[in-house]
Amino acid sequence: MITFDGVRKVFPDGTVAVDNLDLELPTGKITVFVGPSGCGKTTSLRMINRMIEPTSGRILIDGDDVTSQDDALLRRRIGYVIQHAGLFPHRTIAENIATVPHLNGVNKKKARAVALELMDRVGLDESMADRYPVQLSGGQQQRVGVARALAADPPVMLMDEPFSAVDPIVREVLQAEFLRIQGELGKTIALVTHDIDEAIKIGDMVAVFRQGGHLAQFATPQELLERPANDFVADFVGRDRGFRSLSFDTAAALEVDDLFSVATGGEVLVLDGAGHPHGWTGPGLGSTSNPTPLGGTFVTGDSLRLVTDLAISSPVGIAVRVDETGRADGVLRHDSLVRQLNARRRRRAEAESTS
Amino acid sequence: MSTTQETPYLFDPANWEFGAAGSIPSFIVTHLYYTGLALAIAILIAVPVGLYIGHTGRLAFVAINAGNAGRALPTLGLVSLLVTMFGLGLIPALIALVILAIPPILTSTYAGLRAVDRAAVDAAKGMGMRELGILLRVEIPMALPLIISGLRSAALQVVATATVAAYVGLGGLGRLLVDGLALNQYDRVVAGAVVVAVLAIVIDLVAEGIQRLVVSPGISGRALTRPSKSFPTVSPTQPRAGTASAG
Ligand SMILES: Nc1ncnc2c1ncn2[C@@H]1O[C@H](COP(=O)(O)OP(=O)(O)OP(=O)(O)O)[C@@H](O)[C@H]1O
Ligand SMILES: [Mg+2]
Repeated sequence: MITFDGVRKVFPDGTVAVDNLDLELPTGKITVFVGPSGCGKTTSLRMINRMIEPTSGRILIDGDDVTSQDDALLRRRIGYVIQHAGLFPHRTIAENIATVPHLNGVNKKKARAVALELMDRVGLDESMADRYPVQLSGGQQQRVGVARALAADPPVMLMDEPFSAVDPIVREVLQAEFLRIQGELGKTIALVTHDIDEAIKIGDMVAVFRQGGHLAQFATPQELLERPANDFVADFVGRDRGFRSLSFDTAAALEVDDLFSVATGGEVLVLDGAGHPHGWTGPGLGSTSNPTPLGGTFVTGDSLRLVTDLAISSPVGIAVRVDETGRADGVLRHDSLVRQLNARRRRRAEAESTS
Repeated sequence: MSTTQETPYLFDPANWEFGAAGSIPSFIVTHLYYTGLALAIAILIAVPVGLYIGHTGRLAFVAINAGNAGRALPTLGLVSLLVTMFGLGLIPALIALVILAIPPILTSTYAGLRAVDRAAVDAAKGMGMRELGILLRVEIPMALPLIISGLRSAALQVVATATVAAYVGLGGLGRLLVDGLALNQYDRVVAGAVVVAVLAIVIDLVAEGIQRLVVSPGISGRALTRPSKSFPTVSPTQPRAGTASAG
């Protein structure tokens, strides 16, 4: 656990970058620092590994004040990924990754073995080991940056906008891989981003900062979307937060109707012999042999967000549920969905007011 | 003097006898000795000072002004002044050559360190390297192309200017110039100038070879099989590569 205890940072020019920050980053979880530019995210992050010293207050890692330790040794136990990777251009990929093991006195052969193993872990081909950073794409360099931070197997990782230098498609891939790796390793991670969607996607906990280094809210992504603490957070989280908050619940609790319940519009679901849905037929729709496509189906494990999207985008306003074998086992009309979502919201609000 | 009228000094085999006193090879050896000694002393002074200024950012004006002062100093005048202080001999010539060599080395060492990508230095620190480790393992390797280009330019200036040694009664290729002028043997003067020029070219080629060996392919650009769009490296150019004009 990383604890910020009344931490304040005033730069020599008088800028208050972080003001009276109290925060607890849970062990083994990803805590995301998010907020507009200049609100003190990087400063907060860099105070953890003493790249910046706080003006007042304390930072503790598992109860130990970071200032009680030698700064270089402290940093070797904390993985650090900086924006644009910050690789050493004069060193090969394997040498870059082996930096900290090398500092810790691990011999060359073993350090290289560690480097190769980590390249595999972050999805880099072994053949790149002896290349130089200039020979890699932005996304590949970013992976090297992550591998380098992981090399000494530190329990704590600090990541400053690790995915910002790459295009959106590569970013999605890197985020997914990052979550997979974290699932295997379970590090205590502090990650900075200015992208609220990224924060909600990868954070176990999200700390929203606002100008002047104030903490606006510290909550789980779901809480942030459903119950923003104030207008600043609501604004920052964005307009469609209601829709996005549906990502956090599954469709398991939804009640569906029979496949052949009475349809107001006269539409009929076309199934094949095995019971797999093929499309819709009826007035203004395709024929039985060539039905209008469904646009997708859902299973009970899918998110409410997906179900809602299916109902909205369906040509007839109906989402189709299938079982594990792909056989249609129920339909959900959009009016029924809206009713159930409303009931859900009321239940949550009641649960909150009684707790 | 056995110089014949028909064969120019440079091509007379008698002047190329190895080991003979007053032969071109013996002048070359002496000349290289002065050049090497002056460069070694200049490196010992200018590189550590340049590294200190570049790493800490302190006293930067020293590095900047050294470059200008170096260009403004007339070496021959300096030698005359030093002779009045120390008398004839190796010392005044050596001091003048060292003073000539320091500015390009100091300035380029400083500039090389300043040009190092701050993100790499920040990453090095963030991973737990200490100051000396950052200097030796990150800053110097990344600054090497510029540092070496300063050394090359210093070497060229010194090898060309080491001819002044002859004015203070010493040997080296300057003897050909001084004696040739005194004896009105212009072919001898030409021989001296040509050999100095060739020596300068050879030294520069050797230096280039060394540069290839010690500069990482990751920053010299040699590792680049295709141009990279996204990575901001220190530019692998060699600003102010020394010109071979004899001063
Ligand atoms: N070394 C410094 N000296 C003075 N002010 C600084 C220094 N570093 C940062 N600041 C200021 O402190 C404030 C917080 O900076 P910080 O880098 O932590 O912001 P950030 O939230 O990471 O922003 P961004 O999203 O743009 O990276 C800013 O106003 C910034 O200008
Ligand atoms: Mg920042």
